[in-house]
Amino acid sequence: MDLTQTLEIATCTDPGMVRSHNEDSIAADPTNGLVVLADGMGGYNAGEVASGMATTVIVTEMRQILANARPYEVDQKNNQEIAARLVREQVLKANSSIYQAAQTQPQYAGMGTTLVVCLFYDNRVLVAHLGDSRLYMLREGKFRQVTRDHSLLQEQIDSGIITAEQAKRAAHKNLVTKALGIDPTVEPELHEYATKPGDIYLLCSDGLCDMVDDEDIGMTLQALGGNLKLAAQQLVQMANDNGGRDNVSVILVRVLREYPGAKGVMAKVFAWLK
Amino acid sequence: MAKLILSMDGLVLKEIPLTKERTTIGRKPHNDIQIDNLAVSGEHAVIVTILNDSFLEDLGSTNGTVVNGNPIKKHFLQNNDVIELGKYKLKFVGEAAPAASGEKADFEKTMVLRPAAMKAAAGVAAAGGGAQAAVAQRQAAVQASAASAAAAGIADKDARTAPAAAPAAPGPAAPGKPAQPLGAIQLLSGGNAGKELELTKPLTTLGKPGVQVAVLTRRPQGYFITHVEGASRPTVNGQEIGAAPHSLKDHDVIELAGVKMEFFLKA
Repeated sequence: MDLTQTLEIATCTDPGMVRSHNEDSIAADPTNGLVVLADGMGGYNAGEVASGMATTVIVTEMRQILANARPYEVDQKNNQEIAARLVREQVLKANSSIYQAAQTQPQYAGMGTTLVVCLFYDNRVLVAHLGDSRLYMLREGKFRQVTRDHSLLQEQIDSGIITAEQAKRAAHKNLVTKALGIDPTVEPELHEYATKPGDIYLLCSDGLCDMVDDEDIGMTLQALGGNLKLAAQQLVQMANDNGGRDNVSVILVRVLREYPGAKGVMAKVFAWLK
Repeated sequence: MAKLILSMDGLVLKEIPLTKERTTIGRKPHNDIQIDNLAVSGEHAVIVTILNDSFLEDLGSTNGTVVNGNPIKKHFLQNNDVIELGKYKLKFVGEAAPAASGEKADFEKTMVLRPAAMKAAAGVAAAGGGAQAAVAQRQAAVQASAASAAAAGIADKDARTAPAAAPAAPGPAAPGKPAQPLGAIQLLSGGNAGKELELTKPLTTLGKPGVQVAVLTRRPQGYFITHVEGASRPTVNGQEIGAAPHSLKDHDVIELAGVKMEFFLKA
């Protein structure tokens, strides 16, 4: 099913005002309703390599698989939809590719990347994430954060050591507790949410949410929702105007209309005949 | 590096730098900060310092620990917090702001806290024992991972140890607003002619959705107008603006969706 007419996607990435390279990578496959954002880390150019590998591996592998399969198909073995398994497998594949490269090539030692993947299908979005890159959602004027960071700060907030207010001033914002490519295996956090026409989804690296208040991000999406490309540029510009201390990347996805998976009686009959 | 200033009745007794991961406070001599006063418990409180953040925790003391007049169990110390233990006062002074913003940049590089490092640290903490094992564990994990990250060339060790203010450090999205004059628009035509609108928000949208919408953005360099949607673009002083943001000057006249308005800067 081609989702190019169903989802409007706008992206923008920028090295920021301080850094010389951009270690963030973004990729979008509008046909398959897939968007991927990664924020790489590691010395020299290794961060770019890690995030680039993550987005490339996931997008190309998923494209191949989705050429012959639908995410909402049900696996006969365990009676579950294949979407979550597919996404998880591609994330693991990206993990081992990055890990292998880091192990075998000294210049890539220690590289890794955060990740947010969204797969839109059947009026739903499947989200996988690792680290502190985020997914936000704007629905009916309400803006909220969907993913929860895998970071030391978030753990401290959860355990009540510090409040969200104090967290904004904390110095160790940069420590993530999960990332892609650091260990031989990794478990991404996967969730599925129902989408509604009119929803706007925002994937971003910490270069945006560390520099711009959530309130201002929400306001920008609401004000400029009519022009997604401009909204993406505006968000990056706001991060840069506030100092732009890190690479800034945003992916915006607007759901234009319903996109139910073909699951009628006929589809079932066809599946059964196969 | 953060420090504590111990005083009694307004008299400064000594300055204690927070060099250790755990700095204990109590009456007994084995404490890092010994306060020989009966109002202070044997093991009264502990300050755990994780990178540039310091946390104060009461260790179940008899008379409790008070920060800025409020009794606390756990507290994230901020610059100039005053900890009271009986008649004694300990003032917490955070680190000075880094000289160059370049130092800060490296400091903020994302790093991963490896589970392996966390587990190893957990072992150390368990061996060390103590009621704050969990906190110590985390903190040890941070140290360990920071060390391994530095070794792997992920982080610049010097940048990490460079002074960075805990409270003043990576400021939360605080745009450089103070020096910038406030802008406003006054409607010159239409039903609301004469009405004035202050542009206090980072962005203000104008126009009619579906017909013509423009946005006025407030940036450190000044105000800009950008076309958002609609077939025709707004004009500034009679000139149609392009796709890029257009810088606004004092007393520029904007025409949008058939309404004229004047942009001006407030003194």
